[in-house]
Amino acid sequence: MTKMNAQLRWRKFVSNFMLTMTGVCALISVSVLFFILGYLVYHGGASINWDFFTKLPAPVGESGGGMANAILGSAKLLLLATLIGVPIGFFGAVYLAEFSGSTVAFVVRYAADLLNGVPSIVIGIFAYSVAVHPFGHFSTYAGGFALGVMMIPITLRSTEEFLLGVPRSLREGAMALGASKWKTIATVIVPAAYRGILTAILLAFARVAGETAPLLFTALGNRYWSNGFNEPTASLPVMVYNYAISPFEDWHRQAWAAGLVLLGLILVINIIARAVLARGIAVPRS
Amino acid sequence: MATTSTMHPSAGPVVGSRSFFSRLRDGDEVARLITFLFAATVVLITLLIVFELWQGSVLPRHKFGFNFFRTSTWDPNVDQFGALPFIFGTLVTSAVALLIAVPLGIGAAIFLAELAPARLSDALEFFIDLLAAVPSVIYGVLGIFIVVPVMRDVIQPALKEIFGFLPIFRGPAFGIGLLTAGLVLSIMVIPYIISVSREVLLSVPRDQREAALALGATRWESTWKVVVPFARTGIMGSIFLALARALGETMAVTMVIGNTPQIAASLFSPGDSIASVIANQFTEATGDVYTQSLIELGLVLFLLTFILNGLARLLIVFTSQRGASHA
Repeated sequence: MTKMNAQLRWRKFVSNFMLTMTGVCALISVSVLFFILGYLVYHGGASINWDFFTKLPAPVGESGGGMANAILGSAKLLLLATLIGVPIGFFGAVYLAEFSGSTVAFVVRYAADLLNGVPSIVIGIFAYSVAVHPFGHFSTYAGGFALGVMMIPITLRSTEEFLLGVPRSLREGAMALGASKWKTIATVIVPAAYRGILTAILLAFARVAGETAPLLFTALGNRYWSNGFNEPTASLPVMVYNYAISPFEDWHRQAWAAGLVLLGLILVINIIARAVLARGIAVPRS
Repeated sequence: MATTSTMHPSAGPVVGSRSFFSRLRDGDEVARLITFLFAATVVLITLLIVFELWQGSVLPRHKFGFNFFRTSTWDPNVDQFGALPFIFGTLVTSAVALLIAVPLGIGAAIFLAELAPARLSDALEFFIDLLAAVPSVIYGVLGIFIVVPVMRDVIQPALKEIFGFLPIFRGPAFGIGLLTAGLVLSIMVIPYIISVSREVLLSVPRDQREAALALGATRWESTWKVVVPFARTGIMGSIFLALARALGETMAVTMVIGNTPQIAASLFSPGDSIASVIANQFTEATGDVYTQSLIELGLVLFLLTFILNGLARLLIVFTSQRGASHA
């Protein structure tokens, strides 16, 4: 009897111990986020000032300067990426959700999932082969193209899911009123799913906003303003990379600051995206 | 019957049976065609990536053949390229990453799925999602300025002290190197393991847990011996997914691995990975064989992640369906 009790006590102890350990694992994993934020604020916070947003990088060896060109460069790259990634992702998703047969849908979904898994550095090589090599020079176009390609599968797959989530009764209602299919899509289905679609686009945007590897040999970098879209351009992520691996103390300080700005932007977009979604999913009305 | 095709759409019982011309008049066929073109673009781009990688690596494939993967001389001066050190670095750093990330990630997923109340679980999952959104280059910055000094001054000397009899923990502690790269990678892939494993664990039917508890199992025994085995294939899927991420990860690894193409027994020694060497040398590569060798490395990376992602999806879908059919 006592032996039984000892064994039971041991099993209970093991149970409690292991369950506590899983809690510790969760705590460690989540706390990483706060470590990252804390270090970035601690090291980068003091370096974020007016100069950072308004000045060009200082010449090598001089301290001071800012990253105005990189901020504008990132904005231009992301604009191009959105112009490429969102239409293809969105209309592709409409096709998948509303028009396609199962075979075509399978092929497109498969391609999108494949594209989503391609390492970003390989997307960089691809963009180099089709948008840099033939033209003989690095450009904002090439960088935007690389980021745009990365946005496609993320936008496509989540948009499709939100479109399919629109209740059947809404479709049937529209069609019963005599609306054609595309009219149903444009005036009923897409508006019903617009929060989800907006979330999908925002998340795709946030995902590529921090991408560095595809820009290394497409947009390259630039220590000055980049005119138009046909020249190489600086961008925040590449700036963070170059400054962090440089031997200069002052550049390290600015790398922290740029990292903080970049991460702040990405986290804010992520939170907004989730808030948009949480505020109202298309609920079937009874 | 003959009148069906000329009937007005609203008169027909089934919307899908409207004739081609009436759909054309309504603009449906135009909309279908336009959206089809966008969907086809996705497939085209994917095929184009494969084509460009294949076409772009013709020279080294002909010149070196399979020796590309077996030799370890990487010397642009004599146009001799062997990828073994990079393959080695990629595999070692990914293995280190998984050794750390798998227990931690699965432990955390068990907590989120089995123990934490739904609200806490969702809140923590929100932070995990944010963690997955942190860009690679930010991990690199923290790697260089925080992890590397700690590894050099604290962890590596301690490991040498305790496990110095093992060849993998010998040699000078630089801070940078394979072990540090693996550690940073592990932090980066943990969110993927947690998110997917949590979903899979949550899909395990409730009666499995109840049956185990009714038989007198403790909470941990029911989790570890019943729930986790039930979800095993899905958890494997999450690990493959993490592995695919780790193999292709570029910036953070490049910043802490040391960028030295060598094969050394010690985890403390600097190394190089496939993605890192592409990032470091692609813009500087002169000569077609050099550039194309780097593109061939990209092809290798593409194929590896293609296979792993495919396997991962298969396993995850398999488990979720098993859970659904069971419930």
